[in-house]
Amino acid sequence: MTISIRSVAKTFGRFPALNGVSLEIADGELLALLGPSGSGKTTLLRAIAGLEFPDKGQIFFDDRDMTYASAAARRVGFVFQQYALFRHMSVAKNIAFGLDVRKGPAKPPRAEIQRRVDELLRLVELTDLGKRFPNQLSGGQRQRVALARALAVGPSVLLLDEPFGALDATVRKSLRRELRRIHDATGVTTIFVTHDQEEALGLADRVAILNHGVIEQVGTPQQVHDEPRSAFVAGFVGEANCIPGAVSGGRFTGGDLSLSAAGVGDGPGVAYVRPHQFSRSRAEGVDLTVRRITPEGPVVRLEGVTTGGQSLEAAFSREAAADVAPGRSIKLGIDRAYIFSA
Amino acid sequence: MSAGHRLAHEDPPWIRALVLGVVAAFLVLVLLLPMAAVFVEALRKGLGPAMEAIGNPDARAAIRLTLITAAITVPFNAVFGVCAAWAVAKHSFPGKAFLITLIDLPFSVSPVVAGLIYVLIFGAQGWMGEWLIEHDIKIIFALPGIALATIFVTFPFVARELIPLMQEQGVDEEEAAISMGASGLRTFWSVTAPNIRWGLLYGVLLCNARAMGEFGAVSVVSGHIRGLTNTMPLHIEILYNEYDFVGAFSVAALLCLLAVVTLVLKTLLEIVQPPTRRLGH
Repeated sequence: MTISIRSVAKTFGRFPALNGVSLEIADGELLALLGPSGSGKTTLLRAIAGLEFPDKGQIFFDDRDMTYASAAARRVGFVFQQYALFRHMSVAKNIAFGLDVRKGPAKPPRAEIQRRVDELLRLVELTDLGKRFPNQLSGGQRQRVALARALAVGPSVLLLDEPFGALDATVRKSLRRELRRIHDATGVTTIFVTHDQEEALGLADRVAILNHGVIEQVGTPQQVHDEPRSAFVAGFVGEANCIPGAVSGGRFTGGDLSLSAAGVGDGPGVAYVRPHQFSRSRAEGVDLTVRRITPEGPVVRLEGVTTGGQSLEAAFSREAAADVAPGRSIKLGIDRAYIFSA
Repeated sequence: MSAGHRLAHEDPPWIRALVLGVVAAFLVLVLLLPMAAVFVEALRKGLGPAMEAIGNPDARAAIRLTLITAAITVPFNAVFGVCAAWAVAKHSFPGKAFLITLIDLPFSVSPVVAGLIYVLIFGAQGWMGEWLIEHDIKIIFALPGIALATIFVTFPFVARELIPLMQEQGVDEEEAAISMGASGLRTFWSVTAPNIRWGLLYGVLLCNARAMGEFGAVSVVSGHIRGLTNTMPLHIEILYNEYDFVGAFSVAALLCLLAVVTLVLKTLLEIVQPPTRRLGH
């Protein structure tokens, strides 16, 4: 099912959580809503679920206007940040809940519900834990139960709020793969909220980046990482050196750095350069006095200060940085920079 | 305790012994001795006269009235308490802080004043007095007045027990139920109610104990008509004032026993309460 969000705005008291957000989500897509806390990403997710209603704008499921439809009518699967499992019900009862509450002919017979629960337990690899209670499970297992419960109703869209936020790093990684596998197996349109860019870029087909209640950019992980369209995205996604300066006549100057800035208007500006976008240069570039060297797998990270006093972080392959030592000065060329008006 | 096992936050043994001693002495002096005295006085002339005092028709009427009052008050306040706690804990609306303060009012107002309020409204000289007399409805000096006064005094118990519990539980589970298509009522019965049942029982027991023991408010509205509008606490006072000590203490002992039973039930609840209630993170 496709979801179409059109100019949705929502205010809590005097705090604007969403400021006219428009977003199209394709059928079967896995989309991440990425942003810092307070960016409105959870509010947007809750508005899609029907747990929050927008002040303005519309939300369409395919071509049906669902803006003010009840949560129950939307047939969404929602996975809460703290899972919100029913603590007095067994795992199997939790998963069956969405089917158990159906009335009349819509309610499947008991054997059918049981079959569906077993199937879901298999899908999330908790086959033997149906009789357990939520407090007898680990965090990762609870997360799987929450996922199975959300999928039980055969939702048209699966929504997850910070799905891995409460888990430790190793469990987080394996569950991330798990979610991808389950998404590919069920093909259900999936939207998840996260403040963790690694999670968003590593898992989603497309990423929507929110800040202050507006969408800054939507694109594939590669697009938002390599072609940031705003200063916020450049700084928020991936690592970047942030260099303040000014643009004048298509040229950016910041300290002892000078870069071509075609198409950027005159005035104060800011340049973002990722650590791997530096190169060792002999001729032109800036002089960096290296302060610290940190090996990281196949690369070496250099931290240092330019003659103009700008702190920079650069990453080079081990071979390229073989001759570098703390205290030494090296010349850096800049292969690529993202320059925006400040 | 060996010095090697002493923890940083623990005080020296003699301080702990002193504090514990003070608490124990205080409890014995203020709680246990008077309770024991009640039973000793009741049985001063043997079990026979004590049973006789309880079997007396006026005493039986008082016991009946107390039980009826509790039977009216407790369900009423249980329902009210659940509604109030649900409204306060799961929703936000203007005037919420004021509502919470209002719920606490009976704790801070003297029960005698509470009784007087009802006399002022429903008494013969009160605002609705004439109308009530015309329509031959008795509230003051009758069961309705006693029930009203008791409801007023005991209504914070259930709500106060449930509000922090429901606030801590949050609305996630309810939202999850609704997002899976459950109706509001179904959500309440399947999700909210099971999560609060132990707290509710606890509140109901406390409310019941207080409803049976309430003196001040009931004293104002009851009229002290023997065999008709005397509850157990009022009956005890009358017997005592008439120097019928065995009678007074026998009924008092019975009231104590009811309270003890309540507290034993409460303790049992705490033991029985399954550990599956809490969902840790």
